Amino acid sequence: QKVSVEVLDHLEHLALVDFRDSEGVERLQKAIQFADQLHEVNTEGVEPMDSVLEDRCLYLREDDVTEGNCTKELLENAREKVEEYFVAPPGNIPLPKLDERETFLQGS
Amino acid sequence: AARGCGGIWRQARQRGAGWPGPGPGPFPRRQRAVAYNARGGAVPAGKSGLAPWVPVVGLEIHAQISSNSKLFSGSQVQFAAPPNSLVSFFDASLPGTLPVLNRRCVEAAVMTGLALNCSINKKSLFDRKHYFYADLPAGYQITQQRVPIAVNGSLSYSLCIDKKMSQMVTKTVRIKQIQLEQDSGKSLHDDTRSQTLVDLNRAGVGLMEVVMEPDMCCGEEAAAAVRELQLILQTLGSSQAVMAEGQLRVDANVSVHLPGEPYGVRTEVKNINSIRFLAKAVDYEIQRQIEELENGGTILNETRAFDSKLGCTVPMRDKEGKQDYRFMPEPNLPPLILYDAKSLPANMNHQQVINIDWIHERLPDLPSVKREKLVEQYGILPEHSFTLLNEDGLAEFFESVVKQTQMKPKKVIGWILNDLLSYLKQHSLTVKESPVSSFLLADLLNLLEKKEISSTAAKQVLAELWKGEGKTPLEIVKEQKLELLQDQKELEQICQAVIDGQENE
Repeated sequence: QKVSVEVLDHLEHLALVDFRDSEGVERLQKAIQFADQLHEVNTEGVEPMDSVLEDRCLYLREDDVTEGNCTKELLENAREKVEEYFVAPPGNIPLPKLDERETFLQGS
Repeated sequence: AARGCGGIWRQARQRGAGWPGPGPGPFPRRQRAVAYNARGGAVPAGKSGLAPWVPVVGLEIHAQISSNSKLFSGSQVQFAAPPNSLVSFFDASLPGTLPVLNRRCVEAAVMTGLALNCSINKKSLFDRKHYFYADLPAGYQITQQRVPIAVNGSLSYSLCIDKKMSQMVTKTVRIKQIQLEQDSGKSLHDDTRSQTLVDLNRAGVGLMEVVMEPDMCCGEEAAAAVRELQLILQTLGSSQAVMAEGQLRVDANVSVHLPGEPYGVRTEVKNINSIRFLAKAVDYEIQRQIEELENGGTILNETRAFDSKLGCTVPMRDKEGKQDYRFMPEPNLPPLILYDAKSLPANMNHQQVINIDWIHERLPDLPSVKREKLVEQYGILPEHSFTLLNEDGLAEFFESVVKQTQMKPKKVIGWILNDLLSYLKQHSLTVKESPVSSFLLADLLNLLEKKEISSTAAKQVLAELWKGEGKTPLEIVKEQKLELLQDQKELEQICQAVIDGQENE
């Protein structure tokens, strides 16, 4: 079973990944095949596990102010800043549609 | 416009200045009438044979939790602080940071769930909801999509059916669920420089999302339900719920359908900044959808923004089709376990345990209970107690006056609601800002009760007191010579003088 072009396009939109070429897609296929091996296990009547931590006790913190006030440090990571604000593009720039962008997926 | 769902919904064909686009619009000039009964069910319009549309309104409300620190981090929660000053490394989503749940936020959600008659889930889970936006640094929001903290509740609210007769009716809306989730940061759009400025002070603040089932049918019902929720949250203290400060945000889901047919396509309306605008936005959207459908058009499942200046809803840009949030369990947080008196573990640290029954026992009187108590205790009408609780501090003011005067509460309430409240409204003052204190008003009412002045004179004194010049009622009465004469002889003399005066003409 191959992953369809529609799904690949959807993934590129959602996760902003770029499969770039057939090798990238092949790597995805192999990863899915690898994970599919899980289906060989009979999980009938078994609750799905969320994480290996799910049996642990969830720690509850007291409602005290213990962090913050590190504006300078945080802004050090910013490529652009304006008066202590982070600067971002005006809005989400959606990936152009499949037939409007240069991608090898079109040929598939 | 609709007058509650017991009234007539008229299709106004006149296009005012607010209508987008030039010209009178493409609609035929006929007027259409729609009638609903109080349950929002449509009633056939009778002879005219016109379409009786059934509007359906559901609400998603986000209430900011009133806490010192954020939901998963120790940075402070505060409105209006220097940008990015209330941000921890976790809030900025720097690698290597982890969420740590704030106990107070859980308690707030449990209180709210109990007040709304919900079942509290003793085990609830956290999930990640993925989407990209500049004010969401992690690229996902931690929420409770699979198993939220509270489900299946209800909220009762009152509506004034007939303003003339002051008839109030009680309605109920079902609460689907309440979930804990993170707030996002704030984006300031700078269109001139084509950029967005991001402030993460709000990122990570705890929110309770309250999902109401589509049991409402018009703007008035939606507004009344939200107002009641606001009062409940403020009474509990779980949220200060001030819409103007973004502590209470409402999104409305609106659709219309014909009776007997399935629900129509719904639109989501956002950017509603006050309860008044909520009613307007909902009613506008209902009307827009009805007109669209009657014109043979279709409704798109889209998100629209309410434009308060134009009084209409417009499609929101940036929503490219249906979002795929790729929900997944939050791997860094185990399930949230809550206990009650029965299931309380014996040897656990108290600070790590949340006991639902303990919280239940300590819930304050909810607004509906307070209203009943006022009616019972003071013999006032339900509409009166509704107004008392609707104005912050007014109920306390009323009770304070009653304590300090011999006048019956049934009479006092008239002075509170007709005179004091109208003064406050005229001058846009809150009860706390009133230049007339409960002490002064009680003083004045005592003079009236003892028949030392007439009620007309009392109104004059109140007008003078309103100036807030520090005079007592008695001083004003003396100054303006408003005392009622009690002396029989003196009264006879005055009457005689008037009669004599008449004879001389």
